[in-house]
Amino acid sequence: MTTVSNGVNVKALLDARDALKGAPEAAQFTWRATSKWQDGVHSTTRIQQFFGLGQEQNHKSEAVFEADHPEVFAAEDNGITPIEYLLVGLASCLTAGVASVAQNRGIQLRSVESTVEGNHDIRGILGADSDVRNGFNDIKVTFTIDADASEKDIEALVAQSQKRSAVFDALTNPTSVTVEVA
Amino acid sequence: MEHVTTAVVGAGHAGLAASRFLSDRSIEHVVLERGEIANSWRRERWDSLRLLTPNRQSRLPGHRYDGPDPDGYMTAGEVADFIAGFAKVADAPVRTGVDVTSVRAGRTGYELETSLGPLGARSVVLASGACNRPVVPPFHTEVPASVVQVTPFDYAAPDRLPDGGVLVVGASATGVQLAAEIRRTGRPVTLAAGEHVRLPRTYRGRDVLGWMEASGVWDQRYDEIDDLTRARRLPSPQLVGSPARETLGLNELSALGVEIVGRLAAVRDGWALFSGGLRNVASLADLKMERLLDTFDAWAASSGTDAPPPERFAPTRVPASPRLRLDLRGGEIRTVVWATGFRPEYGWLHVPVLDDKGRLRHDGGVVGPGLYALGLPVLRRRKSTFLHGVEDDAREVIAHLAAAL
Repeated sequence: MTTVSNGVNVKALLDARDALKGAPEAAQFTWRATSKWQDGVHSTTRIQQFFGLGQEQNHKSEAVFEADHPEVFAAEDNGITPIEYLLVGLASCLTAGVASVAQNRGIQLRSVESTVEGNHDIRGILGADSDVRNGFNDIKVTFTIDADASEKDIEALVAQSQKRSAVFDALTNPTSVTVEVA
Repeated sequence: MEHVTTAVVGAGHAGLAASRFLSDRSIEHVVLERGEIANSWRRERWDSLRLLTPNRQSRLPGHRYDGPDPDGYMTAGEVADFIAGFAKVADAPVRTGVDVTSVRAGRTGYELETSLGPLGARSVVLASGACNRPVVPPFHTEVPASVVQVTPFDYAAPDRLPDGGVLVVGASATGVQLAAEIRRTGRPVTLAAGEHVRLPRTYRGRDVLGWMEASGVWDQRYDEIDDLTRARRLPSPQLVGSPARETLGLNELSALGVEIVGRLAAVRDGWALFSGGLRNVASLADLKMERLLDTFDAWAASSGTDAPPPERFAPTRVPASPRLRLDLRGGEIRTVVWATGFRPEYGWLHVPVLDDKGRLRHDGGVVGPGLYALGLPVLRRRKSTFLHGVEDDAREVIAHLAAAL
């Protein structure tokens, strides 16, 4: 087999998988975000610390995300809408999965692009029709992939990436969410 | 206390195959059976169940089907009779109606507590089955009391279910078979499908399991499989053994009017919540089926097998917007059928050989000194749990046992 390089250290991931089989407590991660209201519907969310491998960890630097709503919602558009962040999460998670699975399967990637479209009936969030849900009605992801592989192998790559994706799972399966006032 | 060289727990096909090879080596042994021979085939199967393998593959060491219908599929009762016939021909030393309540390590081998008193054995073969208990997800307790819940162990026939809608959870062989037969009584049926294994019943003119055997897929050994844990957890293929030899997958169920939804992810506030990932599990199943058919075609070409031309099947049709939730309190669903798998029961095994999930740790059926297992998924080969699949496993496991004596 020719050596492929997609820039993913699959060996490290497989080693981690083996190590965590015997240490489930180390596999417990908590991801955290803190958010601050600015003005109007504009908020700023910061992410730096998380917990994993049994201790507090830090990203190299703090990441800051502005969220607002567009002018068609009579807002100032200081950032993307919160629900668009879900699309960012989904696209980047699936893309990371494609690269990792390709590396593991010995497939050389040349380019991976995707567009993600979430259909959203906003009558739900406006309370205009109680039968309409608040979230996306459906989401469609379209990948364009150039790789040294057959069409079928590329389809399998994308399917496997969904199977292992944290964000795909979080969007498609119910998650218990608690919101409280500190 | 009575002593034997080897005690075999369970007189199903696996225990009896072990007995056959023990007898061939003149190793003194007994086969202990809680009920009668092939007990689970007689008492723990639904009425319509037939074997997934065609009669031509119904064989045990030195014993084979020789009836008039090699392409047919045995009913559960016929399987039980076939296994009992094997016990007779093999003259297996079976003690029926004996409950094994405990197996512990002793000073020389193992000490068994049974309903007929204690028994000492230098070695023990665990052949008590892979499907002793149905597995039901913990959130079954959230299903409203107005809905009847059944497992394949309670289920006998569709007309014993209450009138009204049925939610079948799980799309393995059990799930698709029960969904189809319940739907044929006119009841509305919803099938929650997670990861599943799609197979056509026949391919290029012969049974798909015949292809698996001929092309060597079934002989693939446990130490040649990349992800053995996953292979051992694979759901049973969507197959039914019927006189019509029909294919029974999600497309066929849709055509019958079964509503297909995603995996049942939770029951919350009386609502069944289904995964939105149905399209992905369907395409994974389609891709894997096509890969397997490619394997058959490649084998046919290289071996010069004479068969009709390759076939390909339509992709799984997934509803444009599969239902994501279903109100279990609304009266639409009267019954939930949990076709969510089975597991072995080892409550009586007081030897520290289970992993943190209660599964038996073993290397190709070798559990520990003098302790062996047979009849578990991919024990030594992909075919391990099939009727004809136990012969090679039993020969090798008993050879190991004999060498260790």
